[in-house]
Amino acid sequence: MVKSTSKDAQDLFRSLHSAYSATPTNLKIIDLYVVFSVFTALIQVAYMALVGSFPFNSFLSGVLSCIGTAVLAVCLRIQVNKENKEFKDLAPERAFADFVLCNLVLHLVIINFLG
Amino acid sequence: MAGGLVRYLVLILAVAICGAASLFHPISNFHRSAALDVFVPVDGSYKSLEEAYEALKTLEILGVDRKSDFKSATCENVVEVLASPSSTLKDAFFALSVNGIMRCKSGEDVPKDIVSKLQAGVKDAKLLLDFYYSVRGLVLVKEQFSGNDISFGDAEAIFLSIKALSQSDGRWRYSSNNPESSSFAAGKLSLSKLLIDQSLIQTLKTSILKLFDSIQKYDDGTFYFDGSEGPISTTASVIRGLTSFAAAESTRLNLAVDNIVGLAKFFLGVGIPGDAKDFFNQIDALAFELSDTRTVRLTVTYVFHVKYSEGLAVLHPRILNKMMAAKMISVRCSTHLVSSIYCHFSAKKEPLKVKVSTVLGSKAPALNVNLAQALCSGSKGSVINNQELKFDADSATYFLDSFPKNFDVGKYTFVFEILLDELAHEKVYITEAQTKVPIAATGAISIENAEISVLDSDVGSVESQKKLDLTKDGAVSLSANHLQKLRLSYQLTTPPGHVFKPHQAFIKLKHESQVEHVFLVKASGKKSELDFLGLVEKLYYLSGKYEIQLTIGDASMENSLLSNIGHIELDLPERPEKAPRPPLQPTDPYSRYGPKAEISHIFRVPEKLPAKQLSLVFLGLIVLPFTGFLIGVGLLSLLTRLGVNIKSFPSLVGAATSALLFHGGIGAVLLLYLDLFTTLKALSLLGVFLLFVGHSTLSHLASASNKLKSA
Repeated sequence: MVKSTSKDAQDLFRSLHSAYSATPTNLKIIDLYVVFSVFTALIQVAYMALVGSFPFNSFLSGVLSCIGTAVLAVCLRIQVNKENKEFKDLAPERAFADFVLCNLVLHLVIINFLG
Repeated sequence: MAGGLVRYLVLILAVAICGAASLFHPISNFHRSAALDVFVPVDGSYKSLEEAYEALKTLEILGVDRKSDFKSATCENVVEVLASPSSTLKDAFFALSVNGIMRCKSGEDVPKDIVSKLQAGVKDAKLLLDFYYSVRGLVLVKEQFSGNDISFGDAEAIFLSIKALSQSDGRWRYSSNNPESSSFAAGKLSLSKLLIDQSLIQTLKTSILKLFDSIQKYDDGTFYFDGSEGPISTTASVIRGLTSFAAAESTRLNLAVDNIVGLAKFFLGVGIPGDAKDFFNQIDALAFELSDTRTVRLTVTYVFHVKYSEGLAVLHPRILNKMMAAKMISVRCSTHLVSSIYCHFSAKKEPLKVKVSTVLGSKAPALNVNLAQALCSGSKGSVINNQELKFDADSATYFLDSFPKNFDVGKYTFVFEILLDELAHEKVYITEAQTKVPIAATGAISIENAEISVLDSDVGSVESQKKLDLTKDGAVSLSANHLQKLRLSYQLTTPPGHVFKPHQAFIKLKHESQVEHVFLVKASGKKSELDFLGLVEKLYYLSGKYEIQLTIGDASMENSLLSNIGHIELDLPERPEKAPRPPLQPTDPYSRYGPKAEISHIFRVPEKLPAKQLSLVFLGLIVLPFTGFLIGVGLLSLLTRLGVNIKSFPSLVGAATSALLFHGGIGAVLLLYLDLFTTLKALSLLGVFLLFVGHSTLSHLASASNKLKSA
């Protein structure tokens, strides 16, 4: 049965990949951005695990900025995705502007909290 | 009627051993230099003629010649006053007085206005002072300007009107010038050629005598009159009046010698006054007239003892009057202070010196000084009797250099008497009955047989005994416990060989902790015992090493001593709970201004920072995803030709500007890195700006896209 499961996994993976390729490019960019920010967060967590959490506020601000911007990017992706029926009337520029504004606010707070 | 005046000179015996012994100093150069300070006007001229008169008269009496300094300014003043018809009586009087001293204006030229004014004043006067000024003024005019004929209208009537102002007790209603009335009464008498009824003169005399009933005195023999202006001024006025009366009148005035001597003493006891008016009053009263141009007719006699003693000869009454005004406070202080001081005198080294002079400091006539008695404070009789002092012509002092064999160290009161050589002088000089001077005769006291020992109090047996040499500090070391006694004994003998009892003898025990105890050495027996059993509580139960100090002192002891005898180790029992603690010794009062202890700060151990290399590694790691992102975007854009949407960038200028500004604003926001509140402030401004800019850009874009959609 192992073989079948691995084959199933391979099949699954191949189907996912093909499906994913169909997504529009801008969505791919957004996905890439999300992955990038999450990675950054993980690296920061690993660093803190190593050296201790002395300036805890710095750690928090760093991690939360990454996570926050990831969340905002996900929201953007939802709004921009043409296949979502709920957001049909929303212009993608508007969504992008929202994204930018929210990021601005987030980063303002983060920078101040960085210490 | 030129009344004869007997001039009396005051003789003062100054016991020249020490200044303090002479209770009343004659006028000396100190007075003269003080007078220069007091009477020289500040800006070259005197404020009023009264002040000018006082100053000039005082300086004249003292023999200090500064007239030329002020002559011009003062004379101007005087001439002005004498010339103007509108001067007051007082100004006129003082102007004439100053003129008398300074001789600004003299000769035939009589100021008519002044004369008529004064005469009118005499007629119309109601107050005593007005009478005084006018009458005296006329007298002065007569003295200074020759060739005039000034007469009073009706001398008797004036006299009676003045008398009406008198009171029965010899004083006058306007009390500040009591007997100056008698002075101008005298002046008036001298002017008028009429013979005034003897009864009037008699009444005046009785009133003067009654005045003397109100004389007051202090314990040290000074007499004074008290009045509303203070004792100095009042007694000076009394003396002035007396002397004028005596000068003008040829009757006898019997005044007690004691009174007169006391009055003289009062003024001398003033010392050197600081106030100009007091100074003037003092000197004026003490002054005497050396130029004896008037005939000496014994018209004033005084009751006095046959035997004179050293002391004060009585002053001329006029002088006496002026003497009266002495400042009360300084008199009290000086006499009281002086009388309690002993004058020290060492019989072996120097003879006893005595100086006699008049009150104003000039030479006395030939006389003998007799030491009547030398009373010792302890014994009953006198050691020295009627010893005459020898006269040394070079220094004009009288001295005594031979003392009896039994003249011992101690405190004495020497009683001096003065005997005038010539009989004629008896009428001129008056001295005090006896002058008592406290003297302490000092000498070197020898201390013998000084011993200190520790005894057992029960048995009385001596545990340890040591001889002491009290002239140098010893290093005796004893030890005792609380059951024992400390005994100290010594013998003091005077040079003749008598036993001497010192005034002060103390033993001081000082503990290591600076707690001190002082014990009296009892006078009898010259030995004292300290019984530690009774003293345990007084010593605060402090055991340990005590320093012993012995102090012996006396006024007649030339070698009083304070010697550190040594140490004693005291062993006292334990302190019970309720016993008092020794008092806290004062710490060095300046120690609190010194530097305090150094403070060592404790800092928080800094957090351990991670190694630099590790941080750098992670920095690189962080950058990695970002680069990955960029690469991915690039790939994707390459793949799908996705470009930045520049197409809808507006081309119109206005819109383009706002779009640029919009982008710039966003960038600026991202670049803000300040404190939160300053950032918020900047942000609010930037936000408002962005709002407008952004709105215009976005609306432009929206309209463009709408146009695109509709098109």
